Amino acid sequence: MVRLEGVGLRYGWPSGGAVLHDLNFAIAEGGFRWLLGPSGAGKTSLLRLLTLAVRPTGGRLNLLGAAVERAKRAELPPLRRRIGTVFQEFRLLPHLSAFDNAALPLRLAGRPEGQVRADVSEMLRWVGLTSRADALPPELSGGEQQRVAIARAVVARPALLLADEPTGNLDDVQAERLMQLLRELNRLGTTVVVATHSTALVERYPGRALVLAHGRLVHDGDSDQAPRPEPEA
Amino acid sequence: MARSLRPSGADDLGLRRALSDRLLPLLVAAMTFLAALALAGSMAAAGLAEHWRSGAASMLTVQVPSPEVGTASGKSRADAVAQVLRGTAGIESSRRLTSDDIAALLKPWLGDNPASLALPLPAMFEVRLNGAAFDAAGLAAGLAQTAPGTLVERNGAWLARLSDLVRSLRACAALALLGVAFIAAAMVSLATRAGLAWRRDAIEIVHGLGATDGMIAGLFAMRITMLTLGGALLGLVVSMPVLLGLTSLAAPFGSGSAEPLSPADLLRTLPPMLWTQLAALPPIAAGIGWVTAQATVRSWLGKLP
Repeated sequence: MVRLEGVGLRYGWPSGGAVLHDLNFAIAEGGFRWLLGPSGAGKTSLLRLLTLAVRPTGGRLNLLGAAVERAKRAELPPLRRRIGTVFQEFRLLPHLSAFDNAALPLRLAGRPEGQVRADVSEMLRWVGLTSRADALPPELSGGEQQRVAIARAVVARPALLLADEPTGNLDDVQAERLMQLLRELNRLGTTVVVATHSTALVERYPGRALVLAHGRLVHDGDSDQAPRPEPEA
Repeated sequence: MARSLRPSGADDLGLRRALSDRLLPLLVAAMTFLAALALAGSMAAAGLAEHWRSGAASMLTVQVPSPEVGTASGKSRADAVAQVLRGTAGIESSRRLTSDDIAALLKPWLGDNPASLALPLPAMFEVRLNGAAFDAAGLAAGLAQTAPGTLVERNGAWLARLSDLVRSLRACAALALLGVAFIAAAMVSLATRAGLAWRRDAIEIVHGLGATDGMIAGLFAMRITMLTLGGALLGLVVSMPVLLGLTSLAAPFGSGSAEPLSPADLLRTLPPMLWTQLAALPPIAAGIGWVTAQATVRSWLGKLP
């Protein structure tokens, strides 16, 4: 499902500095991982690798059965459609309504419009945004935008779901509902990776965790055995 | 075939703002206007040259030295030549130039009264052919027997020059059209790059969600195609009064009549080939827009993973 062997990443390769070094880990299909580490540890860079926003500059990355480091460009879009992503900064299209933003993955996958309407309506109802379906992102609060982003990430039932601080803009009730959704998707077979700074969230939902520090993997095991994060400078 | 992000007609990437419907169509309209003028100018000049060429080809000139000297038949050499010309197949008419006609022709070199110089001037015949088979060599041989020293000129040098002129005008028009097409493609490329920069975030989002290069390029190309098509139609409409005005000015040279033509007659005067070429301008402009936008967007997307 997800396998990294000696993966490294440099921005501005080959002259730029390395942000990830020699990462080795694997996540089986239907697995769950917390992605932990202080700011600057490389969590976002690792998520960018897993969302195929960048390719590794070293090592081998196997994602959903594809060897990413040597895959042709034309092979990546179908792969991206099997990956759902909740970005920290939402990344909604400002000129599309909440409904149309949430419908993007289904329409990109060529689903019939009737199915799109049914699935998106159901998802918006689930995140409590039925009455805001026609609103544009600038008209929504931060929490509402986060919920649209979550609806977009999961509406196509992705094989791999990546979330970067998904509860950061949600109240406790919504955060709880989101975690229940992630666990439910995980139970149904979706592989889930959640990056967070929230130790409280991890303690409430213990599981396997990947801990990064200075671009290196320092722990791959149970979250309750993960090293305490260093105080940020 | 690119998939749409929303039902047809929707502005999927917000391109209505990113690719303005003002500047690009106006620039394409200007390019189409220039292209229409180049086409019409080339065709009109070529038509006039052909008109003159066909006139020159149907004429020849016969010069008879010592025209009043008698021949064996008792007639003067000029009269004998006139008789041969009347009896030659393929000749519609022949006219001997009067002394006043010859004086007018020679005026630039010999002044107002060449007769006073007592120069031995030849008799000249203006011969008009009827388009049927004509044996120029046979005529020359016959006239050489009737009146030795008689010259037959077929305006060959002028015909060659007119042919060269027609070819040159067409080549210039082709170069002008190529230049217009190149400038139009450059404008489309610039507009597309501006649109890409304006919508970079949106493109990166849909790219990250699994949109293919073809889908994104297709959205841009569709918008650009509509803008260039609209601009080209505008340019074509604006060019029509100008073309008709120029046709009105040029009509007397072609028809030989100084009478002004009605607008309906002017429209009929434009050759069918020109109508065909003008009608092809909007689809060609749209095609340039589509191809350029596709190439520009795909090149830009190639920088993304």
